[in-house]
Amino acid sequence: MLGYIASRAFRALVTILLVLTFAFFILNATGDPAILILSADAPPEAIAAFREEWGLNAPLWKQYLGYLWNLAHGELGRSMRDGRDAWAVVSERIPVTLAITIPALIIKLVIGISAGIIAALWRDTWIDRLVMAFSVTGYTVPSFVLGLGLMLVFAVQLGWLPAAGADSWRHAILPIVTLGVAGAAVLARFTRSAMLEVLGQPFIRTGLAKGLVWRAVVIGHAFPNAAIPTLTIAGFMIGSLVAGAVVVESVFAWPGVGRLLVSAVGNRDLMVVQAILLLVTVTMVSANLIVDIVYGFVDPRLRTARGGLARGGT
Amino acid sequence: MSALLEVEGLVKHYLVRGGGGLFGAPVVLKAVDGVSFSIPAGRTLGLVGESGCGKSTTARLVLGTLARDDGKVVFDGEPVGAVRDARWRAQRRTMQMVYQDPLSALDRRLTVGKQVMEPALIHGLGTAAERRQKALSIMDAVGLSSRFFDRYPHELSGGQRQRVVLARALILSPKLLVCDEPISALDVSIQAQVINLLLDLQDQFSLTYLFISHDLKVVRQVAHEVAVMYLGRIVERGDPEALFHAPAHPYTRALVGAIPTPLTRGRARASLQGDPPSPINTPPGCAFHPRCPRAEARCRSEAPLLRPLDDGRFAACHFPVLSTPAREAA
Amino acid sequence: MTSPLVELKDLTVDFPVGGNWVRALHGVSLTIRRGEALGLVGESGSGKSVTWLAATKLLPAKARIAGEVLLDGRPIQGLTRDQMAGVRGKRVALIFQDPTSSLNPVHRVGTQIAEAVRLHRGFDAAAARAEARRLLDRVHIPSAARRIDDYPHELSGGTNQRVMIAVALAGEPDLLVADEPTTALDVTIQAQILDLLAEMRRETGMALVLISHDLGIVADITDRVAVMYAGRIVEEAPVDALFDDPRHPYTQGLLAALPDVGGPRRRLTAIHGQVPNPAALPPGCSFAPRCPAAIAGCVTAIPSLDAVAADRRTACFRARPATSLEIAA
Ligand SMILES: Nc1ncnc2c1ncn2[C@@H]1O[C@H](COP(=O)(O)OP(=O)(O)OP(=O)(O)O)[C@@H](O)[C@H]1O
Ligand SMILES: Nc1ncnc2c1ncn2[C@@H]1O[C@H](COP(=O)(O)OP(=O)(O)O)[C@@H](O)[C@H]1O
Ligand code: SF4
Ligand code: SF4
Ligand SMILES: [Mg+2]
Ligand SMILES: [Mg+2]
Repeated sequence: MLGYIASRAFRALVTILLVLTFAFFILNATGDPAILILSADAPPEAIAAFREEWGLNAPLWKQYLGYLWNLAHGELGRSMRDGRDAWAVVSERIPVTLAITIPALIIKLVIGISAGIIAALWRDTWIDRLVMAFSVTGYTVPSFVLGLGLMLVFAVQLGWLPAAGADSWRHAILPIVTLGVAGAAVLARFTRSAMLEVLGQPFIRTGLAKGLVWRAVVIGHAFPNAAIPTLTIAGFMIGSLVAGAVVVESVFAWPGVGRLLVSAVGNRDLMVVQAILLLVTVTMVSANLIVDIVYGFVDPRLRTARGGLARGGT
Repeated sequence: MSALLEVEGLVKHYLVRGGGGLFGAPVVLKAVDGVSFSIPAGRTLGLVGESGCGKSTTARLVLGTLARDDGKVVFDGEPVGAVRDARWRAQRRTMQMVYQDPLSALDRRLTVGKQVMEPALIHGLGTAAERRQKALSIMDAVGLSSRFFDRYPHELSGGQRQRVVLARALILSPKLLVCDEPISALDVSIQAQVINLLLDLQDQFSLTYLFISHDLKVVRQVAHEVAVMYLGRIVERGDPEALFHAPAHPYTRALVGAIPTPLTRGRARASLQGDPPSPINTPPGCAFHPRCPRAEARCRSEAPLLRPLDDGRFAACHFPVLSTPAREAA
Repeated sequence: MTSPLVELKDLTVDFPVGGNWVRALHGVSLTIRRGEALGLVGESGSGKSVTWLAATKLLPAKARIAGEVLLDGRPIQGLTRDQMAGVRGKRVALIFQDPTSSLNPVHRVGTQIAEAVRLHRGFDAAAARAEARRLLDRVHIPSAARRIDDYPHELSGGTNQRVMIAVALAGEPDLLVADEPTTALDVTIQAQILDLLAEMRRETGMALVLISHDLGIVADITDRVAVMYAGRIVEEAPVDALFDDPRHPYTQGLLAALPDVGGPRRRLTAIHGQVPNPAALPPGCSFAPRCPAAIAGCVTAIPSLDAVAADRRTACFRARPATSLEIAA
């Protein structure tokens, strides 16, 4: 098991490195921080001084190696915009993002999973069709459209809630609902198909044949099996707690990590972008790793097989 | 006359993940472990054995669709290469395969006629009109009327689909047909139709069959010689009547004794204890010894070789049973 | 005279297929006496499984079921699904074709047996586990103490079928319905499972319905056989009578088409044609298009399943009718 975790952790490190490298070169290739931060009509001396200060005159590969060197020493660099430590710039935004993503996650899990289960158990009835209609809508409508729609109705038309900003808890409601609804739709669909798949398995019939009532079969036999695929998508959602709100934060001007990312990319504020990417990949990858480990507990087939039989053929 | 197909010392081992589950070290799985046989032209060798004993792997090694680790295959006087070169392709034309599940062997989007003509088209044989003519005559031979020519596989019954598969294999005028469980997926009342058809086709086209089945009753019906496999090896080989009536190898006895038939109802069965073992970590000595009622000390240390018995049969056993019928002795 | 254990009377089942109702079962009547072993044979799709799934209310809710099911002479088709749960496992247990996928992959086999023990016998957890262990021994699983904590994927198909039989025995049922219990297993393992079923029946006195497409298997361990074709029982007879003197042309055809291991090798006599599509059954006798004995009347009327001798029924216009003497015998 330890060997397995070590190999997974190594693969995770490689993934992170690849993402950072890719972003480093793409960002450098697509825009010049000096011009973007100082604006194009800044005096040439100012631009030259800026380049000098941030080491932008060195060849790209040298900058890259320097970046890796610092990273290896725990240095994430400084923001080119205000010279502050990049990590400090990013980390102060994390709680702001979590303030909307955690409540949204709870909504997703509670509503999404129960709606999926209900739809599966009442398959082909109006309940199922209603849930699926809701789910398909939530699935296909992009979250910025959904966000803008909600804003139009509840903020502009009805005036019940503020449209944008982060001044009070009421400002958080629309972003949370937008995120929660979209995620619940995805999860409902996954849960429904996982449940339907499991309910069609022969061991469900065995449970009934044993004399268990339907409810007992669903709870004792269907749920533990349907949990396995549902776990993957739920794990992915947990992994995107910090980064999953880029669009919604931008729509509602919510000053979280996502919004910071958008402005940092616009400015080619390289170290800040890289710090955010590092944060995002690390959370994603660790969520994945945790899901894999939890898998082993939920699904005995993935555990060590004692006296496993090699059978099969055509 | 010499054999159409000669197989000697065929070996296929796989490295698979070991018993330690996800993280175990790889271990060797001996799917086929030294199989030899030969089939004279126009005859049928039946290959029987429990699931996983290596029947399908043997078939694929013979056809060269799977690379062998060791051994020799000679087909029609010419060695079959272990690599897929032009000669292999030419040889392949005269060796065709028929699988268990006819529906998955057929292309759902092509009409029956197109599928039957397809191999001829691929090998560039004849003109379009000639191919059509040939397809219709082969379809007639397998008992499919010409009205099926423009139908699709899903419109056909299981037995009819297996006829299409046969027609498609026969259009290249093969010499050898390798049939891997060709009737197992068919309805009981259809099985006899296909068995009879295979026998008629053999007469009509002088075909040679390697016929694989787990059903000994069916094998007895079609085979001129039978080979019984256990854990990647042939343990007994010989004339079907002798082999089924008085099996010499304890495993063959168990197999024959286990078949329930209306004729033998009520009679005591010689039950074999235990599960078929896995081809990983096969037992030392005779691989059958953990389940063998006749096993002695020698069986646990020394692997028996396949050697001839007095009546011309071959058995790989230190203590073969000599001429007592399988059923009564139980 | 006591009432039979289970009686099916004129059971019909329809499934919705593409907006139409397709009849899968056309009035099946069958009697199971206490402690007897009945074989139910027929080709795939003939309605063997549907018969027993309908009788035990295990069919999907969309299926339309009609007819009567009597248990100890009392109708049970009025019971709700949950009330039926009290019958299943306790009175009528079922085991199925593919043992490994019939067991829940995430629960240990011991837990799955103990679940049935607790349900039907009201044992506490520790007693149920001990009983599960005893049942594993009883179905001859070697080193039961270790196997009890194994998961189904760690066991072979044959061992899993033994586990399924242990689950079925847990409720001490009066009837065990075994639906093709050996079809997925190797022939040597099949023999072990058939022996085990026969042994369990001898020991517990429960009745057995053995469903199979293989005449040889039902011949092996049953007393009476019912042959199904296209959703109907076409012949029913004591096992010896059926094999020695089949009366229905379909049974005769099946036996002639069956290869054997013993006896002289002969060319098989195949039944020509194919099994009819349940959505488009031929008019009259469903077997008429394939029947070598068919007469003009066979395509206009459906033959009913009538007694042709004591303890024998056949659904064929040309089967020899029973004389009153034979019935009395
Ligand atoms: N590609 C592969 N990798 C690893 N093992 C394999 C592979 N192909 C086959 N095997 C193993 O080799 C053994 C023989 O397989 P094979 O398919 O020849 O069996 P078979 O006799 O045809 O069985 P069946 O009656 O089930 O068709 C089995 O244990 C199988 O699991
Ligand atoms: N859930 C279902 N939905 C629709 N048709 C079904 C269903 N279950 C069985 N059938 C049909 O009922 C008929 C009898 O099936 P079954 O009893 O399973 O046959 P078998 O004799 O092989 O056990 C078949 O035509 C089958 O297609
Ligand atoms: S060699 Fe020994 S163990 Fe093997 S089959 Fe013969 S008697 Fe049995
Ligand atoms: S009723 Fe007629 S068609 Fe049907 S089985 Fe009897 S003879 Fe044949
Ligand atoms: Mg095979
Ligand atoms: Mg069935």
